[in-house]
Amino acid sequence: MAHDVHEHVRTKEEYEYVRRQRAQEMRHMLTSFAMMIFLTLIAFTAVAAGFSTYLIVPIILLLAAIQVVLQLYHFMHLSNKGSGTIAFFMFSGMFVAFIVILTFVTIIWW
Amino acid sequence: MSSNAQKSGFGATIWDYMTSVDHKKIAILYLMSGGLFFLIGGIEAMMIRIQLMKAGNDFLSAGTYNEVLTMHGTTMIFLAAMPLLLGFMNAIMPLQIGARDVAFPFLNSLGFWLFFFGGVFLNLSWFLGGAPDAGWTNYASLALASESHGIDFYSLGLTISGFGTLISGINFLVTIINMRAPGMTYMRMPLFTWTTFVASALILLAFPPLTIAIFFMVFDRLFGSHFFDVAAGGNTIIWEHLFWIFGHPEVYILILPAFGIFSEIFAIFSRKRLFGYTALVFATILIGFYGFMVWAHHMFTVGLGPTANAIFALATMIIAVPTGVKIFNWLLTIWGGSVSFATPMLYAVGFIPSFVAGGVTGVMQAMAPLDYQLHDSYFIVAHFHYVIVGGVVLAIFAATHLYWPKMFGTMLSEKLGKVTFWLFFIGFHLTFFIQHFLGLMGMPRRVYTFGADQGWDLFNAISSAGAIFMALGVIILLVNVIMTTVKNERVGNDPWGDGRTLEWAIPSPPPFYNFAQTPLVRGLDTYWIEKMEGNKEGMIYAEPLGDIHMPNNSFIPVVMSFGLFVASFGALYHPDDLPWTVPVIVLGLLITFGSMLLRSLKDDLGFHVHKEDLIKDREGVKTDGHQ
Repeated sequence: MAHDVHEHVRTKEEYEYVRRQRAQEMRHMLTSFAMMIFLTLIAFTAVAAGFSTYLIVPIILLLAAIQVVLQLYHFMHLSNKGSGTIAFFMFSGMFVAFIVILTFVTIIWW
Repeated sequence: MSSNAQKSGFGATIWDYMTSVDHKKIAILYLMSGGLFFLIGGIEAMMIRIQLMKAGNDFLSAGTYNEVLTMHGTTMIFLAAMPLLLGFMNAIMPLQIGARDVAFPFLNSLGFWLFFFGGVFLNLSWFLGGAPDAGWTNYASLALASESHGIDFYSLGLTISGFGTLISGINFLVTIINMRAPGMTYMRMPLFTWTTFVASALILLAFPPLTIAIFFMVFDRLFGSHFFDVAAGGNTIIWEHLFWIFGHPEVYILILPAFGIFSEIFAIFSRKRLFGYTALVFATILIGFYGFMVWAHHMFTVGLGPTANAIFALATMIIAVPTGVKIFNWLLTIWGGSVSFATPMLYAVGFIPSFVAGGVTGVMQAMAPLDYQLHDSYFIVAHFHYVIVGGVVLAIFAATHLYWPKMFGTMLSEKLGKVTFWLFFIGFHLTFFIQHFLGLMGMPRRVYTFGADQGWDLFNAISSAGAIFMALGVIILLVNVIMTTVKNERVGNDPWGDGRTLEWAIPSPPPFYNFAQTPLVRGLDTYWIEKMEGNKEGMIYAEPLGDIHMPNNSFIPVVMSFGLFVASFGALYHPDDLPWTVPVIVLGLLITFGSMLLRSLKDDLGFHVHKEDLIKDREGVKTDGHQ
């Protein structure tokens, strides 16, 4: 039956492999964390420096989009095996929503 | 519940269907109620054609004509075409992927009952002070000005049935992603399953905009908000956008499953593997995406500006490319095949020129400058009836003949089937082809009558004559269904003799657990592969025979949907300052949320079909006995 419990003892090689994987993942997380802080700094600096709103708003939106992607891939494990369908549907939905918002902003509310 | 079928009384059968969570029974419910609404919508269509058969006719008053016209469109799209297709998806898709049911059988039942109560609510408007009268698109400036409660029946009814559709769509998505039999990779899925998948994804993304739009409409009309009320600072164009952001994908939700049905038919009755399977799959996905990028082509004359019009015009024309790919793939599937013109194949072959005609007029309308001429004329009416009737309705009729044996275990009469086809096909072209020219001659849409001096008499008379043929075709189909049911000649697993996919490898109708053992899929056209290798069982198995876990029946979906039905009446009469409206809303919501709570708190773990019963069942079905 499907509910049988399997005890699996890791071999030394498997253990080493998992260890390496985890170390790598941790490195990625730390890197993207650093990047995120850096991106946030840019956003704050742009506002503090008092640039034109027409420059600041697109920059912040762009940075936000990058943040979302970093968050999804490095912290929410979207890159893991088996997440392909989820990612496909999520990006399809975002794409559709983006087109709708773009249209509304440009031809109704502009 | 036992796996041994017993003769039961009429009441017990009704109760069984009302509580069933079996995808095959829910499919039959969809088919019956969708069929009923199809007949109601058809009667409304006949009334339209009677009214327009001669100049200055007074069969319907102007106001009644508006109601009949609105209800014809709304009923046919939301309550006939969609549920009938959802019915076939329910009946066939789980069988095609080798699953025992959909992922969430309870939700499947809930989806049906929400649709059903929504549909009944909408149609009750006829008896409760007037049906909606602002067209099926229900444009806000017109709808907000409508005085009867018709529009409220429209918005509340569609809210309820929209929930149902959304639930079904999500259910199918999860089923196809998670419940495919071992070996059934995405690129081995039959095309009907693929189109179900993409159509469900479209439901998932397209219905929320409609829900939002209708929600705004409900609040504008019943609870004093001003989303669409220009005088109070709202924006009436937003309804049009939201409606068509839903509305355009909606027509692909209808046509993609139709494409899937025809793809199955072309392969079966040409006795050939589908030509360009991969191209067909990617064309389906591509059409799904493009469906969301073109909605404003319904609004060229609104005044979006030349840039927006040009962008949406180009995007619209691109859709013709994947659709053309499909048409050529179907033609090349037939080419060189050993073709048999059984009834489903007649529909499929009749579909190609009809749908291409509708597609070509579609590309004509995609040219924004030309659309300024065609907009709101009978040319548009002709166009969308060519794609909806020539595509979707022909597919529904074809699927009725093709899958009837799988769903009910008897074959519809081929002779009557062919009579239905020819009557309907000739009637359809007679009715709608000439409407292109009426449109070009200047006859506007949605008018309840016309003058004798306008020169539209003859063409309208011809169009009305065609409608009679269509009605006769439908009546003969009904006679066919009744005769077949009365005769009750049982058929085997593969009644067409050339079935290619898994559903034809199991009995007709299948046992309630579908597959005693989950099949192992070795390629596209699973059953065909096994047949060609002389496997008498029709499939190889991925697991030994063992106990099967199945869900229990439940009455809760009916109660849950009924609660929303009750609450809707409270909301509907709310602006009339009646004392009972708020209590009725509260009561209805209490019923709905109470039954939800009951469902959440009470464990319902289902039951097991035991191995011994499966062996007994199998011996009843097969003569050679051993597994």
